[in-house]
Amino acid sequence: MEGFIVSLVIFTAIFTIFGLGLNLQWGFTGLINFGHVAFMTVGAYGTVLLSMAGVPLGLAMLAGAIAASLLGLGIGLATLRLREDYLAIVTIGLAEVIRLVAVNEEWLTRGTFGLQSFPLPLAMLNPNPIVRVAMVGTLAAVVGLAYWRLWGWMRHTARAIPRSDLVTHSLTALGYLLALGLLLLGIGAGARTLRQAAIWPNGVLGMVLLSALLGALWLGKGLSDRLSRRFRAWSTSLGLVMAALLAVLGVYAFGYAASAVYRYSNPSKSGLLWLSVLLTALIFWGLETLVRSPWGRVLKAIREDEAVAKALGKNVFIYKLQALMMGGFLAGIAGSLYAWQLTTVYPDNFRSLVTFNAWTIVVLGGAGSNVGTLLGATVFWAYDTITRFVLRDIVPLDDARLGAFRIMVIGLILIVLMMWRPQGILGNKDELTLGR
Amino acid sequence: MHSYSDEPIPHPPIAVPLLRAQHLSKRFGGVHAVNRAAISVPQGSITGLIGPNGAGKTTLFQLLSCFLQPDEGEVWFDGHPIHTLQPHQVATRGLVRTFQVARALSRLSVLDNMLLAAQRQTGEQFWNVWLRSHQVAQEERQQRERAWELLERVGLAAKAQDYAGSLSGGQRKLLELARSLMVNPKLILLDEPAAGVNPTLINQICDHILTWNRQGITFLIIEHNMDVIMSLCDRVWVMAEGRNLADGTPAEIQQNDQVLAAYLGQ
Repeated sequence: MEGFIVSLVIFTAIFTIFGLGLNLQWGFTGLINFGHVAFMTVGAYGTVLLSMAGVPLGLAMLAGAIAASLLGLGIGLATLRLREDYLAIVTIGLAEVIRLVAVNEEWLTRGTFGLQSFPLPLAMLNPNPIVRVAMVGTLAAVVGLAYWRLWGWMRHTARAIPRSDLVTHSLTALGYLLALGLLLLGIGAGARTLRQAAIWPNGVLGMVLLSALLGALWLGKGLSDRLSRRFRAWSTSLGLVMAALLAVLGVYAFGYAASAVYRYSNPSKSGLLWLSVLLTALIFWGLETLVRSPWGRVLKAIREDEAVAKALGKNVFIYKLQALMMGGFLAGIAGSLYAWQLTTVYPDNFRSLVTFNAWTIVVLGGAGSNVGTLLGATVFWAYDTITRFVLRDIVPLDDARLGAFRIMVIGLILIVLMMWRPQGILGNKDELTLGR
Repeated sequence: MHSYSDEPIPHPPIAVPLLRAQHLSKRFGGVHAVNRAAISVPQGSITGLIGPNGAGKTTLFQLLSCFLQPDEGEVWFDGHPIHTLQPHQVATRGLVRTFQVARALSRLSVLDNMLLAAQRQTGEQFWNVWLRSHQVAQEERQQRERAWELLERVGLAAKAQDYAGSLSGGQRKLLELARSLMVNPKLILLDEPAAGVNPTLINQICDHILTWNRQGITFLIIEHNMDVIMSLCDRVWVMAEGRNLADGTPAEIQQNDQVLAAYLGQ
C-alpha cells in the first residue's frame, strides 16, 4: 500500500508540474500546444544523458529544462508570427519528430533499447535521523501550508450558505456522496461476483454492468437536481464536502508519504517523492505569483484579445515567446522527474497520449486555474492507478482491451463534464457566458 | 479651405502638427483602400475624419497606428517617423487607438483592463516580478489609484471588480475611453466613439473628450454622427474612395459641394 501511495503522489506531482506548464500556455495565454510532450522528452533525455556523462543531477535537470525552453523559443520564432492555428499544427508534428529522433539516433539515445541504470536523485543518500526529520518536516510544512489555504477557502465559501443551514446542508451532501459511493461499490462487487461465477457470457455481463453504471449516473444526477431545487446553496455545499473528503484522503496519503520518507527503506523512491513534492510546491507558488503580477495580466490580455494588448503598447510576440519557453521549462522539469520515476527511458514513454493526458488534466481542473490543474492531476492519477487494479476484477475484458477501455472511460468522463460542467471542476461558469 | 482635385497634394499651413501623414497608400489585392491620402493633426486639437462607408477611414487609422504597414507614404508623430514601427512601440510613444467595435478584455476585471493600459510597468518584465517585487507592488498601488480616479470620472467605479465582459455596449465604450487615458497618451485615435450608443451617453462621451482635450490631449475622431463632429472638432478631414476630398473647419465642410455629393452618392 505504501509503495502504491508513494508512486501515486510522485506521478501526481510530475503531472501537476507538466499540466501547470500547459495551463500557463493555454489557460493563461491562449496558445494551443498539442505537442507538450516534446518538451518533456527533451527534458527527460537531456537530464538522463547529461547525468550519465557525469554531470551532477541538479545541473543536468536544469540543463534539460533549459533545452526544453529553448525548443519552445524555436517553435515560437517559427510560428508565432503566423495565425494561431499554425502553432497547434506545428506542435503536434514536432512532438512526433522529437520522438522519432529519440528512436533513430541510436548513438545518442540507444533508440528503442532505451536508457537504463542512470543516476537517480538522492538514491545514494543514507540520511541520519536529523536529516530524516528535516525532510519529513519540509513535507509537513508544504502540506500544512496547502491545508491552511484550503481552510481559508472553505471558510470563505461557507459564507455563501446561511449559518443555520450549514449543518443540514453539509450532512445532506455527505449522505448523498456516501450513498453514491456505496451504490458504485455495490455495482462493482456485484459485477465481480457475477464475473467469478461465470454464469453469463462476457457480452451480457458487460451490457448489464454498463446499464447499471448509466442507471447509477442517472439516479445521481436526478437526485442532485432535486436537491439543488430544495437547497439554495446545494452545489456550494457539495463542493465544500468534497473538499473536506479530499482533505481527509490527503492526510491519509500524507501519513504514508511521511513514513516512507522517514524510513527511507526504498531510497530512490523516497528521495524522489520528497524532491517532487517540494518542486511542485515551489513551482506552484512561483506561478501563482507570476499570474497575479502585471506580467500575468499581459498574458491574460493576450488570451482575450491580442489587438487590444498591442494597441495598449504590449509586445505580444515577446510575451507569447516567454509563455512558450516557461511552459517548456516546466515540462522539461517534469520530464526529468518522469525519467527518474520510471528509472528507464524509452521513446515509447513519450507518445502523443502523454500530451492529451496533460490536456485532460487541465480541462478537468478548469483552464486558467493553477489549483484546478493540481486537482485535475490528482483526480486523473487517482483514477488511473485505481482502475489499473480494480477494473481487472470487474470488467470482462482481457488486459490489452482493458487498457484501451480505461482511456475510453476518460474520454467519456470528459464528455459528461463538458455537458454538465463545461468550465471544469474549479473553473468559473460566469467566464463562459460573458459576451465578447 | 482646401480641395484636392489635382495632385500633387499641397500641404495645408498648420502650426506644429502632432501627427502628419502624406502620400499614404494601402492596397488589398486590386482594391486601393487608401490612395495617396494625407492627414495632419495639430497639437491640442480635436480633428475629425469623415467620409462615406468604404472611404478608407478605418484603414487610414490602421496605417496611422501601425497596425498595417503602408505600401507607400510616411507617418510622422511628435517629430519622428513611425510608419516602420510595430503597433506596441507606437503606443509607448503616446499614440493610442480604440476600435470601431469596443473591445473589452472580457475575462479580466474592469480594473485589470485599466491597469493593463499603464505604460512602462516594472512588473511587466518577467525577472522584475522576482527581483524588484517591492517596486512592482508600489507602482501597482499608484496605478490602481489613478485607475480608480478615471473609473470614477466615467462612472464605472461601481463596476471595477466585475468582469469587463459583463458590461453593456455603452459601458464598454466608456471603459475603452478611460483605458486609453490610462496610457497617458499625447494623441488618441477614436474610431466611431458614438456608434451604437444612446443620446445621453453620446453627450457624456463628448463631455469627457472635451474635458480631456482641455487637459492637453489631442484627438483624431472618425464619426458618422455629424452632430458630434460639428460640436467637437476644430478641423475636419473628408475622405472618399481612399482619397482626400477636402479639409477645413466644420462650417466650411458643411457648405462644400463635393462633400455633399460624396455623401449623397453622386
